[in-house]
Amino acid sequence: MNNVFVYCEIDKYTVEEVSYELLTKGRKLANQLGVQLEAIAAGSGITGKVEKEILSYGVDKLHVFDAEGLYPYTSKPHTSILVNLFKAEQPQICLMGATVIGRDLGPRVSSSLTSGLTADCTALEIGDYDDKKAGKHYDNLLYQIRPAFGGNIVATIVNPDHRPQMATVRSGVMKAEKVADDYKGEVVYEDVAKFVPETDYVVKVLDRHVEKAKNNLKGAPIIVAGGYGVGSKEGFDLLFKLAEELHGEVGASRAAVDAGFCEHDLQIGQTGVTVRPKVYIACGISGAIQHVAGMKESGIVISINTDPQAPINQIADYIITGSVEEVVPKLIKYYKDNSK
Amino acid sequence: MSLKIVVLAKQVPDTRNVGKDAMTPEGTVNRAALPAIFNPEDLNALEQALRLKDQNPGSTVSILTMGPPRATEVIREGLYRGADNGYLLTDRAFAGADTLATSYALATAIKKIGMPDIVIGGRQAIDGDTAQVGPQVAQKLDLNQVTYVTSVDSVKDGKVTVTRTIDGGIERVEAPLPIVLTVNGNAAPCRPRNAKLVMKYKRASAPMERPAGELPYAEEYEKKPYLTVTQWSVADVDGDVNQCGLAGSPTKVKAVQNIVFKAKESKRLTGSDSDVEGLIVELLNSHTIG
Repeated sequence: MNNVFVYCEIDKYTVEEVSYELLTKGRKLANQLGVQLEAIAAGSGITGKVEKEILSYGVDKLHVFDAEGLYPYTSKPHTSILVNLFKAEQPQICLMGATVIGRDLGPRVSSSLTSGLTADCTALEIGDYDDKKAGKHYDNLLYQIRPAFGGNIVATIVNPDHRPQMATVRSGVMKAEKVADDYKGEVVYEDVAKFVPETDYVVKVLDRHVEKAKNNLKGAPIIVAGGYGVGSKEGFDLLFKLAEELHGEVGASRAAVDAGFCEHDLQIGQTGVTVRPKVYIACGISGAIQHVAGMKESGIVISINTDPQAPINQIADYIITGSVEEVVPKLIKYYKDNSK
Repeated sequence: MSLKIVVLAKQVPDTRNVGKDAMTPEGTVNRAALPAIFNPEDLNALEQALRLKDQNPGSTVSILTMGPPRATEVIREGLYRGADNGYLLTDRAFAGADTLATSYALATAIKKIGMPDIVIGGRQAIDGDTAQVGPQVAQKLDLNQVTYVTSVDSVKDGKVTVTRTIDGGIERVEAPLPIVLTVNGNAAPCRPRNAKLVMKYKRASAPMERPAGELPYAEEYEKKPYLTVTQWSVADVDGDVNQCGLAGSPTKVKAVQNIVFKAKESKRLTGSDSDVEGLIVELLNSHTIG
């Protein structure tokens, strides 16, 4: 009762990275609250393929729902699983990815249970809340922190009276960290028919085309990102060279993508990928708020820009005033000279 | 087959064009400085609805919106593009609603309109970006839902086939009617206003929009009932006030903070060889790069 639950998103037999990120966060929240962490995995033929990995993130109890019709995902069966499980288990917190699936499922579950849901959180914390109007004090609520209003404000949302407190979080925003490979957690194989009525299986997925991401931006410890200031496709070749030397990945701002300097899937920012590398080298990126939203959690930010007043410089640790074509080759050269 | 379609539309502040005066000196959002627009993805949804109407003669497209009286603007915009009628949900009791209370109000209104074949809206509104209202309306009406739709491909034999965006790809889905669909921004853009329809509906208004006292063009409104937009309060849709507005919202805003870049202590360098080499050596020594 009153535990922290994480809905694990499963693509066929593979647990999505965002779910591991949420399990890691969920473990921390559970520790803080002194409760257990439970997880839900639903799919077809997943038994024996996902349990060990999920448990290793510190899951005390994993509920497995394995049945025909649970993959590919459709709204109603997964909603019934969560709603009926939550009615029995009364979790205090439920987390899921702010993915296409999480953003389809979360609201439906929250509406069924009349519980609040906050979308696309960028931070989750535990804290107290005073409802001044009602004169009520609440201990240990989940602070659901998210940008709103086109990224111009950050709001902290709480759900004082309704449970579970539900939140979705985008992938890459939080960090995945295993607790132990042999973490001892319980696995419960649930009887799906008890949770999902036959009438739920009415939406049919006719066909699907999915392409695996070509890059590993989300997990990269070092990112060399280019903006409009890189100037050309050829300019991006330089960035790829630097990234190769540093064992990093190349990213881009929307302006660079729109200008056709690089592929769309390299875009970092609010409408692209959110990244949190150790080192972020921003080359010719001015630093629009939408871009900064996707990289501001980076460890060290190095900005290379001809404009000493570029907005990104305000969050940079090192500001190199100069052009990309001048500075990047020097970075490559001196890295080669000194790293041996 | 003729379809009964309800389009969910929202008037939103244009957060994409935030100017210098968008924030007050006290750090709150200055709504007056932001133009109110038709939520972009709701326009994509309207286009899908109008295409279905084109393909299925006899279909009707109704716009449903919740907001202050001036939100009737989105209904007029819908009428100018080919919608048949509109419903404005307006009541002080609806104010301060989170997504759940909003969905309750919309679902209650849809029941009042009479169950449609298709409820269609934008995936999300640009002032909140939550994408929650569509699925929550579906749940409240106990209907199936398909979200992230990029095109409604066909409707026949009581079933709809749509193409939708999923993470990293697309899928085609078949679902029974009635259904709730939410439409993505990458769907076809909405057709422009039709000049004849603009002439026809330019004086369309909700009663609350009209000035007190003598009504200009009173005779025209009497002769043309379609110029009066249906306006409903909580009581008109038999709503429960405790499930509307702030009272019906499980989520509360604890704090709001402006985004201001925090100026860090930063090191300024030039592009000279010595500066760049110095930086590389510093990063290598601190094991920041390997």
